[in-house]
Amino acid sequence: MTVTAPVTRKRSALTKGQLPSYAPWVVLAVALVLGAAILALVGFNVFGWGVVSALLFTVGLVAWSGMVEGARKAKDKLATCLVVGAFLVALLPLVSVIWTVLVNGIPGIITPGFLGTSMNGVTGTFDNKSVEEGTRVLGGVYHALIGTVQITLLATVISVPVGLLTAIYLVEYGEDRPLARAITFFVDVMTGIPSIVAGLFAAAFFFAVVGPGTKTGAVAAVALSVLMIPVVVRSSEEMLKIVPNELREASYALGVRKWRTILKVVIPTAISGIASGVTLAIARVIGETAPILVTAGFATTINNNVFGGWMASLPTFIYTQILNPTSPSNPAPSDQRAWGAALVLIILVMLLNLAARLIARIFAPKAGR
Amino acid sequence: MSKRIDVKDLNVYYGNFLAVEGVNINIDAKSVTAFIGPSGCGKSTFLRTLNRMHEVLPGARVEGEVLLDGDNLYGPGVDPVTVRTQVGMVFQRPNPFPTMSIRDNVLAGVKLNNKKISKGEADTLVERSLQGANLWNEVKDRLDKPGSGLSGGQQQRLCIARAIAVEPQVILMDEPCSALDPISTLAVEDLINELKDQYTVVIVTHNMQQAARVSDKTAFFNIAGTGKPGKLIEFADTSTIFNNPSQKATEDYVSGRFG
Repeated sequence: MTVTAPVTRKRSALTKGQLPSYAPWVVLAVALVLGAAILALVGFNVFGWGVVSALLFTVGLVAWSGMVEGARKAKDKLATCLVVGAFLVALLPLVSVIWTVLVNGIPGIITPGFLGTSMNGVTGTFDNKSVEEGTRVLGGVYHALIGTVQITLLATVISVPVGLLTAIYLVEYGEDRPLARAITFFVDVMTGIPSIVAGLFAAAFFFAVVGPGTKTGAVAAVALSVLMIPVVVRSSEEMLKIVPNELREASYALGVRKWRTILKVVIPTAISGIASGVTLAIARVIGETAPILVTAGFATTINNNVFGGWMASLPTFIYTQILNPTSPSNPAPSDQRAWGAALVLIILVMLLNLAARLIARIFAPKAGR
Repeated sequence: MSKRIDVKDLNVYYGNFLAVEGVNINIDAKSVTAFIGPSGCGKSTFLRTLNRMHEVLPGARVEGEVLLDGDNLYGPGVDPVTVRTQVGMVFQRPNPFPTMSIRDNVLAGVKLNNKKISKGEADTLVERSLQGANLWNEVKDRLDKPGSGLSGGQQQRLCIARAIAVEPQVILMDEPCSALDPISTLAVEDLINELKDQYTVVIVTHNMQQAARVSDKTAFFNIAGTGKPGKLIEFADTSTIFNNPSQKATEDYVSGRFG
């Protein structure tokens, strides 16, 4: 009588020839130490340490893997290292920008009155005084915030109907006619227009129609809508195209007219995509500087009328504060205000992106039982 | 509440391509007529000409006459939208509107046309249409849930309920069961049998057993070869088509010798 005892092994034969799960961490630690040592020889700096350690980590892990696991796994490790490395490189500028703006912008934004006052009456004397005597920095972005919000809102009001109706024509009525093909071509051309050219167009247009020297928020809004319309057309067109044709046919088969089908079936089905496309188009133009400088001029006072008088906006506020500090001998307070305005602008764009996601979620066709 | 359809010398074109040639057929009111034939022979194309859905596709046009109780659908000045309110359609794939609840899907024909309807009337219409489509008991507790949450077979019956809610004279069905399992298919077939008490039903099917089960009359379409137009080969009582066809091609097809 023979008894077959179950084979007992310490490690499964199926996982033989694999690196232990802690291997990358070991290599990382060794690479960091080695990297620091190498950098110490030539003079230590954090950036060089990161690059050298990353290279050492890649070489070390791939070589170890090649010895233990074979060529296929080593190539897999190499590809993983390259992909992760590329991701980190792409992430670096983004993190750096956010970090810099946060560090420089927070002192500005937490100054009392920064969000609630304009630059009206703030002169170089106050800035000199705040630098020399340490009093708080006066002045704020209220006028620029009002300007940005009004100009962008008006630009949206102009662009969305034009852009959405163009997209509806292209998708629902165009049928590849010469007119539709021409529109598609010119929308593509419009996408590539430099923003300053759009600004010059709007300025020249209003000079010719209203009178020379016409600079108002509305002119800036027209310039921005020239930049927004192609983006809105493109995104809405894509969204309308992916509405299944079956839904249109189902509606026609119920005896519903074409325009009602578009209004009540096609657009509601695509509305989440259209809305988030519009929001992203707004985020794209809200930071434009050049077209606003040539169309709305620059103001230091609060102007609530988008149709009359020069108007400030956040980008032009940053631009003038850096280029022409309020006190040329003491630019530090102007720098602080500029960074604060930059932070406000980034927060606005971030809020718009969040709004786009929220809108997309609210309008999305609901599934569920 | 149902009308007969008489088709005279109908040619259907996609651009310059003749897709279906010379169809003459008389479809009785309150009957079920099945169209069978190999793929690409023009049955679906011909079916879509019966409610002018064909011309939704760019470049599509029609020559000849389709008479709905004597009125030519393709006569001058006839509004295709009026035609489609009288001749409803159910498609191959269930296509409930994803943005609407089950209740709104049934009421789509009314609501999308902005017709005023009181809440009581709407409730009655929803219940009657869903009862008519054998779906009421399954969905009566969740009328406010999205239609896309139903199973495939339930969605198709929802589409049928949506079609009968506008009270058409004729219902066209383009392979309504090809995406369904046998049990849902049975439910739809039972429904077709009930529908013929009130409506004229025309159904395209690839399933010959289905044609034999549900239809009173059957039309066999065939195509001579790729690029040639499809033609109506034979139109007769279903039992004649399946047991004693007059044409050789029909006999070959129904007995499974080709196609």
